[in-house]
Amino acid sequence: MWEILQYEFMRNALAAGVLASVACGIIGVLIVVKKIVSISGGISHAAFGGIGLGYLMGFDPILGALFFALASALGMGVLRERTRLSEDAAVGILWVTGMSLGVIFIGLAPGYAPDLFSYLFGSILTVPFLDLVVMAALDIVILLVVFLLYEEFMAISFDESFATAAGVPVGRIYMVLLSLVALSVVVLIRIVGVILVIAMLTVPATIAWQFSHRLKEMMAISVLVSAIFTTEGLWLSYVFDLASGATIVLVSVATFVLSSALKSLFK
Amino acid sequence: MSEEVISLEDVWVQYNGVTVLEDITLSVQNRDFLGIIGPNGGGKTTLLKVILGLIKPNRGRVTVLGGPPEEGRRFIGYVPQLTQFDREFPATALDVVLMGRLGHKGLLRRYTEEDMEIAYKALESVEILDLKDRQVGKLSGGELQRVFLARALAADPKILLLDEPTASIDEPTKTELYELLKGLNREITIILVSHDIGVISSYVDKIACLNRRLFYHGSKEITAETIEETYRCPVELLAHGVPHRVLKKHEGK
Repeated sequence: MWEILQYEFMRNALAAGVLASVACGIIGVLIVVKKIVSISGGISHAAFGGIGLGYLMGFDPILGALFFALASALGMGVLRERTRLSEDAAVGILWVTGMSLGVIFIGLAPGYAPDLFSYLFGSILTVPFLDLVVMAALDIVILLVVFLLYEEFMAISFDESFATAAGVPVGRIYMVLLSLVALSVVVLIRIVGVILVIAMLTVPATIAWQFSHRLKEMMAISVLVSAIFTTEGLWLSYVFDLASGATIVLVSVATFVLSSALKSLFK
Repeated sequence: MSEEVISLEDVWVQYNGVTVLEDITLSVQNRDFLGIIGPNGGGKTTLLKVILGLIKPNRGRVTVLGGPPEEGRRFIGYVPQLTQFDREFPATALDVVLMGRLGHKGLLRRYTEEDMEIAYKALESVEILDLKDRQVGKLSGGELQRVFLARALAADPKILLLDEPTASIDEPTKTELYELLKGLNREITIILVSHDIGVISSYVDKIACLNRRLFYHGSKEITAETIEETYRCPVELLAHGVPHRVLKKHEGK
């Protein structure tokens, strides 16, 4: 199986998998622990609007995704602070608005949208080198912010009322967290696509939670299992000629089912 | 020497048109040990959150240590109800106690040696230093309650607010907890809300009853009428297990 490494696209794909694992492993744990899975799903689908805008206006769709994801993350944060609209309902609205905008923009764009499918479902085998650089840069931002605000993230996830009473600017910290979710979404779009992003942000973290109850340890486990899943999924999709994004997700889910079964067996 | 630390004047709180707190006026003096009793849904937690500035009253004025609650709350140690927590949460007892230092730490900084020492001392003062590395979900109700008390103490508070601190713990542990609070009360003002009428009254020195409105008595002499008025149903006053009887006859009012 090593001979496949002689291809540059394969080396890029492996690197992309590892870089994505850093983002989804760390942010995924915060998402699962803070219970903002559905909001994160909303942000990732909203990003599709930006992808469409990129096609329409002729810039890199990934930049559009970054812009839309960040804007919707900040929008969700503001909405929560300023209005009484339930977060749950807001997520639903955000989700469909982003997707619909994306569809309309792509329809308006002249000609074909050749790699549209890869933005929807991922295409780890076609990651260009430049995207690796962007992914690495976003990983560094994520690592740095989580390092600096680790205690605050833990505190607002555990008990928002107490954190507020203790003087933590909970609203702003929450917005920073959602922005990091947005960055992770952008990192992951190349791997599994906007529709399946939420799988990589929840499954590895949930598996980590089955084996550890320390936040840092969970992050490390989650990064590690994500890297295993992307590599394993990549290899399987190459060997059996399957869609890479979906294969990675199914490998993750299968492992989750297996580890849940093992866990309840040894309890 | 008495000095007012918390004052509420004519405070009203409404949620979606439903009045939760009605015309609350309350004055708490330095080193008071005030017990507030009342039925579930009577607004006890809301009242504490108003004092912490987490809920803004629709009407009325709240003062904590002479200023608005947003400033005063730096000096308040808050012990919320146990029920609000995810038992699976990935944090150790020490992690939780350190959260009490967040206000002092400042953003973008790590906890210092001093924060650590204060957290250890807080854990020691509630006698659970040996449990510091245990995950919060593996602690018993009483131990968890001590962790939250230690977290509040780690902020070096002048005032402690406790929300149903005895809700899910057994009798001997309750007594230990109250003894602990009594010791802390030598230096710290304490407000404790509970629906546990029996035990509360033998430790606190002032009692108020809250059911949307506050029936404040100033002393802990409390009558069946007050309690019935608060709960809006007849209550049997039980005094067993209480070192001395505190439920005296009503004297002209």
